[in-house]
Amino acid sequence: MTLTQPSETRRGPVARPRGPRRTRGGRGAARAAGLLAALLLLAVVVVLSIAVGAKQLPLGTVWPGLTDPASAQYTVVHEMRLPRTLLGLTAGLALGLAGGVMQALTRNPLADPGLLGINAGASAAVVSAIAFLGVGAYSGYVWFAFAGAAAVSVLLYTVGGGRGATPARLALAGAALNAALLSYVNAVMLIDAASLDRMRFWTVGSLASARLDVVAQLAPFVAAGTALALALARPLNAMALGDDSATALGARPGRARAGAVVAVTLLVGAATAACGPIVFVGLIVPHLVRSLTGPDLRWLLPYCAVLAPVLLLGADVLGRVLGRPGELQVGIVTAVLGGPLFLHFVRRRRVARA
Amino acid sequence: MSRTPAAEHPHGKRNDMGRTAPPSRLRGEGLTLAYDQRTIAEDLTVAIPDDSFTVIVGPNACGKSTLLRALARMLRPRAGRVLLDGAELHSRPARQVARTLGLLPQSSTAPDGITVADLVARGRYPHQGLLRQWSRLDERAVRASMEATGVAALADRYVDELSGGQRQRVWIAMAIAQQTPLLLLDEPTTYLDIQHQIDVLDLCAQLHEEQGRTLVAVLHDLNHAARYATHLIALRDGRVVAQGPPGEIVTADLVHEVFGLRCQVIPDPETGTPLVVPAARRRAAV
Amino acid sequence: MSVLRVVRWGRTSLRYRPRALAVGAACALLALALGVLAVGSGEYPLAPADVLRTLAGQGHPADAFIVRDVRLPRVITALAVGAALALAGALFQSLTRNPLGSPDILGFTAGAATGALVVIVLVGGSSLALAGGAVAGGLLTGVLIYALAWRHGLHGYRLVLTGIGVLAILTGVNGYLLTRAQITEAGRAVLWLTGSLDGRGWDSAGPLLVALAALLPPVVASARALHLLELGDDAAAALGVPVERLRLALLAAAVLLASFAAAAAGPVAFVALTAPQLARRMTRAPGPNLLPSACLGAALLVGADLLAQRAFPGHLLPVGVVTGLVGGGYLVWLLATERRAGRI
Repeated sequence: MTLTQPSETRRGPVARPRGPRRTRGGRGAARAAGLLAALLLLAVVVVLSIAVGAKQLPLGTVWPGLTDPASAQYTVVHEMRLPRTLLGLTAGLALGLAGGVMQALTRNPLADPGLLGINAGASAAVVSAIAFLGVGAYSGYVWFAFAGAAAVSVLLYTVGGGRGATPARLALAGAALNAALLSYVNAVMLIDAASLDRMRFWTVGSLASARLDVVAQLAPFVAAGTALALALARPLNAMALGDDSATALGARPGRARAGAVVAVTLLVGAATAACGPIVFVGLIVPHLVRSLTGPDLRWLLPYCAVLAPVLLLGADVLGRVLGRPGELQVGIVTAVLGGPLFLHFVRRRRVARA
Repeated sequence: MSRTPAAEHPHGKRNDMGRTAPPSRLRGEGLTLAYDQRTIAEDLTVAIPDDSFTVIVGPNACGKSTLLRALARMLRPRAGRVLLDGAELHSRPARQVARTLGLLPQSSTAPDGITVADLVARGRYPHQGLLRQWSRLDERAVRASMEATGVAALADRYVDELSGGQRQRVWIAMAIAQQTPLLLLDEPTTYLDIQHQIDVLDLCAQLHEEQGRTLVAVLHDLNHAARYATHLIALRDGRVVAQGPPGEIVTADLVHEVFGLRCQVIPDPETGTPLVVPAARRRAAV
Repeated sequence: MSVLRVVRWGRTSLRYRPRALAVGAACALLALALGVLAVGSGEYPLAPADVLRTLAGQGHPADAFIVRDVRLPRVITALAVGAALALAGALFQSLTRNPLGSPDILGFTAGAATGALVVIVLVGGSSLALAGGAVAGGLLTGVLIYALAWRHGLHGYRLVLTGIGVLAILTGVNGYLLTRAQITEAGRAVLWLTGSLDGRGWDSAGPLLVALAALLPPVVASARALHLLELGDDAAAALGVPVERLRLALLAAAVLLASFAAAAAGPVAFVALTAPQLARRMTRAPGPNLLPSACLGAALLVGADLLAQRAFPGHLLPVGVVTGLVGGGYLVWLLATERRAGRI
C-alpha cells in the first residue's frame, strides 16, 4: 500500500498504514501459505467437531461415517454432527467477517456485532416473532432477525458515525442498546411462559438444535453477505485513511458504507437467527488476524472467514467436552473465553483513553 | 552570570556559588521523576525564588511539565522530596496545600452547562466547608478575580460557548480565585493564537507585579519566556542546564546547548530582553 | 441556567439553587403521592384519604392490615429501590463523566444478578439468601472491575470498557445458569432478572433502608468535592480534593447502593440511567444533582410499579418490564441528542 498520509489523526489499528512494503511478492506468498495453514486448521476442527460429543466417534470412523451409508456411524454423523458442524462453519464465518467489516467501517477496534447490540436486535425481533406472531421455523424468523439486525446497525451507525464517536463511546452506546433489548427479551419471555422454555436456550447462543434444512436456508444469505464483504475490501481499505483521502483515491465512501451495513446485516441476521446471539467471535478473530496479516482488508477478511469458524467450532467442541454429560452452549463458551481477551485489549491498548 | 556547563556537574546539580540563594518557599530536592518504567529526571534539584515569575523552558520531552506536575503534587517523585515552606508536600493535608499552592492544569474539562461565574467560584473550594459554603470573602475573591482577568462581563455565559482565549482566561480566573501566593501554570498558552498568547502572558505578568504572587509557568516559546520571566530555568534531558534572569543566561551558546538550534540573540526592540533569532538555512547576501 | 442563592448566619453560610430545591421537593412530593395512590390500589381499593387515615393509625382494622402488612412494604421497597438506583446512577455518571455510565450498563447489577441466580439455581435458598447472594455478587463484581480497571489511577473510560467486558462475561454466565435451572426455577429466575416487586415484605425493605440511611449522608456531604472532580483530576487535586481516595469511596458507595437495591427488587433496568439525566434536565444545574435524582428515581419506580400492575389487566407484569421499555425508548432519544451535542 503506497498511499498518502492519513488526513485524519483518529487512529485505530485499521487506520494505521504500515510503511511501504518491501518485498511485495514475498509477503503475498507468506500470506497465502498462512491462509492454507488456516484452512488445514479448520479441517482439523471440523473433524473434531464431527467426532467429539456425547457418543465419541474414533477419528478413523469420521470419513466412512460421512460417505458410507452402511457405516455404523452414518446416522449419528448425518443426523447430529454434520448439521451442527456446518452450522458452526457458516455462522462462524458470518460473525467473523461481520466483525472485520464493522471494525473497518467504524474505524473502531472494539466493534463487535455482539457487543454493539446487533445480535440483541436480531434476538429481540425473533423473540417477538416467536411470542406474538407464532412464527416457529427458521425460514420464518430469519426475516425478523434481518429486520432487527438492520434496525440496530443503522441506529448504531448513525450514532457511531458522529465526529465524537470514540471507540469507548460507541461501545458504551452499544452496551446500553444491549441492555434495553435484553430487558425487552426478558419481558416477552415473562409474558409468554410457553416460549420461555425454548427461548432461554436460544438466547444464550447454541448450535445444538442444528438441522440440515436450516443450514441450507442460511447459506444463501451468508454467501451473499460474504461476497459483498469481500468485494468491499478495497474501498474500505481506502476509507481507513479517512473519507477525504478515500475520495481522492477514487473510492466512493457513501456507497461503500451502505454496502458494508447491508453486508453486516445479512451476515449477523442470518447467523443470529440460526443460533442465537453469540458475542466476541466478531471482536476477537479480526484482532488476532490483524497481528498476522496487518491491516490490509483484502487479506484480513479472508483470514477472518477461515479462522472465525475455527474459533466457533473449537468453542463448541470445548463446550461438549467440558459440559459432559450434557454440554455448554457455544455462546456461553465464547463469552467466558472472549471476555478476558477483551479485558486484556482494554488494559493494554490506548483505546481506554477517550 | 550563573550558568555552569553541564559537563562539570554530571547530575545537573548546581549550587549558587558566589551568590546567596534567594529565599524560596517551594523547592524540589534530589527529585527522581518517572512514569511507569520511563524515568524522566534523576536527582533534579530546583528552587523557585519567592516573588518571581519563573518560567521553565526546554525542548519537547525534557521533563518540564513533569517537573511542574511534581512541584504541584500531581506526580509523586520516586525519590527526593518537594518542600513547601519547609514541609514535605505529600505529607500535608491536600486542602491546606491548596490554600498556598495553585495549579492551572494543561487540560481540564468544563462540565456541560456550567456558567463562567459558577466555574470560577469552584476555585474557592479549599477555603470552604460543609457549613461555610459561600462566605463574603468567597464572593469578593471571585468578583476580584473575574475583574482582574476581564471575564466579569461573561459571568452568566456558559463556558462551552466561549472562544478558546476566553475559556483560558476563565480557567485562570478560577486559579486566581483560589488566592494562593504560589501559582503554577502548565503551558497556559498552548492552542491559543498569538494575540491570545500575549494576552494571557500579559495577564500573568500583571498578576505577578500587581498582586505580588509567585508564578511558575511552563512555556514552549523561548522568546515569550525571555520577555516575561524574571527567572528562567532551562531543562534538557531532565537536568537543569542553566537558571537565572533571562538577560543573564540566554545566549546563543545556551540555546544551542538546550535546543540544538543555531541562532543569534539580539535585544528585543520592545523590551530589551533577549530575543532569539534562529539562523537561516541560507544567509541573505549582506 | 439556574440561580444560586446564599443564606448566612454569622460564620455559617449555605448555598443552594432555588430551582434544584423546588424540583427536588416536587419530585419527593410526587413520589409520596404516587406511593399513597399505590397503597390504595389493588383488588381491594382504598381512597387516598382512607390510606392516609389508616397510615395515621385511625383507620378500620381490616384496612390497617392490608395497608401496613401487605401494600406498604411493597411501596416502601419501591421508593427505596428507586432512590438507591438513581443515586448510584448519578454517582456513576458523574465519576465516568458519561451520561450512559450507569451501574446497569457497566455490569454491576449483572454481578448482583449472577449472585442471585447462583442462589436460585444452585443453592435454592430463601429470599433472604437470595438477597445476600445479590449483594455479595454485586460487591465482588465491583471489586473485580475496580481491580481490572485500576492502572496508575482510575480513568473514566477504562472503567467503562472494563465494565462492558465484565458485563458480557456475566451475561454468558447468567445465561448458562438459566439453562441449568428447572423450568419452575427458570421462571423465578427470569422474573428476578427483570426486576419485580411482587410480594416484597418488610424483610426485603429493611436491609435496603439501612443501607440508604448509612450511605446517603456521606454521599451528599461529598457532593461539593464531586463537583470539582468533574473538572478533571488535575484541577480537582490542585483544589485540594483527594482524588483517588474520594473516587474509591464514592464508587464503593454506588456499588453498595446498586447491590442492595438489586437484592431487594432485582436489577430493575434503566432507573439508574434515566433518573439522573431527567433530574439534570429539570434542575438545569450542572453536576450530579444527587438529591433531586434520588427523589425522581423513587417517583419513577413507584409510578412504573403502579403502571405495571394496572396496564395489562390479567397480567401481573414485573416493574422491570415497564422501566425497561420506557427506559429503552428514552435511551434511543438520549443517544440521538447526545450525538447531536457531540458527546457520544
